[in-house]
Amino acid sequence: MTMFEAILLTIATAATPLLIAALGELVVERSGVLNLGVEGMMVMGAVAGFAIAQTTGSAWLGMIAAILAGAAFSLLFGFLTLTLVTNQVATGLALTLLGLGASAMIGESFVGLPGVKMEALNIPVLTDLPYVGKFLFGQDPIFYISILLTIGVVWFLFKTRAGLTLRAVGDNHTSAHSLGVPVVRIRYLAVLFGGACAGLAGGQLSLVYVPQWVENMTAGRGWIALALVVFASWRPWRILAGAYLFGAVSIGQLHAQALGIGIPSQFMSSLPYLATIIVLVLISRNKRLTLMNTPTSLGKPFVPDR
Amino acid sequence: MKKLILALTMAASFAVAGAAHAQEKLKVGFIYIGPPGDFGWTYQHDQGRKELEKALGDKVETTFLENVPEGADAERSIERLARAGNKLIFTTSFGYMDATVKVAQKFPDVKFEHATGYKTADNVAVYNSRFYEGRYVQGVIAAKLSKTGVAGYIGSFPIPEVVQGINSFMLGAQSVNPDFKIKVIWANSWFDPAKEADAAKALVDQGVDIITQHTDSTAPMQVAAERKIKAFGQASDMIKFGPETQLTSIVDNWGPYYIERAKAVLDGSWKTHNVFEGMHEGLVVMAPYTNMPDDVKKLAEETQAKITSGELKPFTGPIKKQDGSEWLKAGETADDKTILGMNFYVAGVDDKLPQ
Repeated sequence: MTMFEAILLTIATAATPLLIAALGELVVERSGVLNLGVEGMMVMGAVAGFAIAQTTGSAWLGMIAAILAGAAFSLLFGFLTLTLVTNQVATGLALTLLGLGASAMIGESFVGLPGVKMEALNIPVLTDLPYVGKFLFGQDPIFYISILLTIGVVWFLFKTRAGLTLRAVGDNHTSAHSLGVPVVRIRYLAVLFGGACAGLAGGQLSLVYVPQWVENMTAGRGWIALALVVFASWRPWRILAGAYLFGAVSIGQLHAQALGIGIPSQFMSSLPYLATIIVLVLISRNKRLTLMNTPTSLGKPFVPDR
Repeated sequence: MKKLILALTMAASFAVAGAAHAQEKLKVGFIYIGPPGDFGWTYQHDQGRKELEKALGDKVETTFLENVPEGADAERSIERLARAGNKLIFTTSFGYMDATVKVAQKFPDVKFEHATGYKTADNVAVYNSRFYEGRYVQGVIAAKLSKTGVAGYIGSFPIPEVVQGINSFMLGAQSVNPDFKIKVIWANSWFDPAKEADAAKALVDQGVDIITQHTDSTAPMQVAAERKIKAFGQASDMIKFGPETQLTSIVDNWGPYYIERAKAVLDGSWKTHNVFEGMHEGLVVMAPYTNMPDDVKKLAEETQAKITSGELKPFTGPIKKQDGSEWLKAGETADDKTILGMNFYVAGVDDKLPQ
């Protein structure tokens, strides 16, 4: 395995959870709902995935549990914001805090146990191809799922009728409602999808990235996923690019350090965040681009009979 | 009748004495930088707390606050413990130093113990561990076993405690192989499993075949196991995460110290001090030497024995600083003040120390 290939693989592992969680949140926001609880749903996915994989010995069952846990947790958010019409920002923040606390409690007995790691693909001949073999044919299944998910979300949002309806709900829920579109039901489904994605991203963390459970192991990755959605100005392909850019900068700075390049490590560690801020500033300068893609009803409450 | 009254008063006074005795139960508080389940630094402090409870039984009552960030939050948390009636408070991270001293001024009757710092006061004692003694042994093992002649070192923050470790590891390695190299990556975090794993992967990709860490999670050990190289554990015995990977681990053994200090408060003999204890006092313990040939194991044990007896002091000259200037002349040993404030690399470390 060449160094180039090795770095590429590490970047993919670092980018995958960000990509999956951000894709889920993108669909949620496209439907007009702002769920700031990504970090909380992610960490719930991580603990559920680890716990089930540890008890059953199957990483796949763990991954399914992670998805279900994320979705179930998002249902709580859906019930509060869509049925009881609470403030979405406050509810999302509460979801994150609750998730961090609850996962620590649930996971207490799983701390310090080596986990079950999801095995990487190994296809004879193809995996051994020089330079790209490992990257294209030798990664863990979640990597391929993340790429398929990107394609799926693009296809769904922009090529299907259901995707068009979802975007219409996000842009103007009153008009959509007057046309007989079930706004609340669509938003529930979007929130559930977002939760499932966040859960899967959490499962990737505790079953692929670092096969262990420790409190707060998401370490802010849910927030980065949220930033990526804005960074990508609500376009799925740009999320893919953003996640890999973020991954590349964070891994690149570690390699630069190991090579002994004399740049202060504190500066290097802040590079990924600096890059995100710069791109966000550049995007928000372009008014037309932002307006074109921002779901107009984002974060606004909707009560059907109004 | 008189007898009855006497009996009643006696019973009452016993009850009062009993209550007073119950009130004398010493409340001991702990401030942790991470979760007790990190299986590293905080885990070991929590083990020490449990040993204290076990040893002194109902004479003490312990509480802890976990995940307390260094900075403004630390001050508030320490004060909370002091207000809650804790008479002895252990603050267990370097970054709590100023907060500890500040709160201590407000609560003169509470005893504070700050780990790994250097600021003392009448009611603030400092305790520190010579972890670097263990690092020296690790360096010897690494230089014996490494085929590439390069070890990877994952650091948290460039503070003296960590720099001592890097230098000591280097000196240990140089005692076996003068050309030994180490690559350093600063995670700029004590605890971020994913980032620590990434750092470990980056190091392996760049050709190191032994990893040592001064961050608190077991993630680097897992990466080392996966990539089939060797690694040293940190703060606790991490053998479960790398049964065929861990060479040894520096285990922080805080229990005896916590018991001694709580006893001192109970009998009124507590005094401030600044102690710096290592293998000799039993504060630094090495996990069993595993996954290495017998001759290396023997050498490691000999080195450990020499350090324990005081025959070998890791920072003994001749040692040059990284820039080539002389630090210690032949036979000269570094004093504790220099060690505790160490902010430079010794010759041979291939990294620029962030200032």
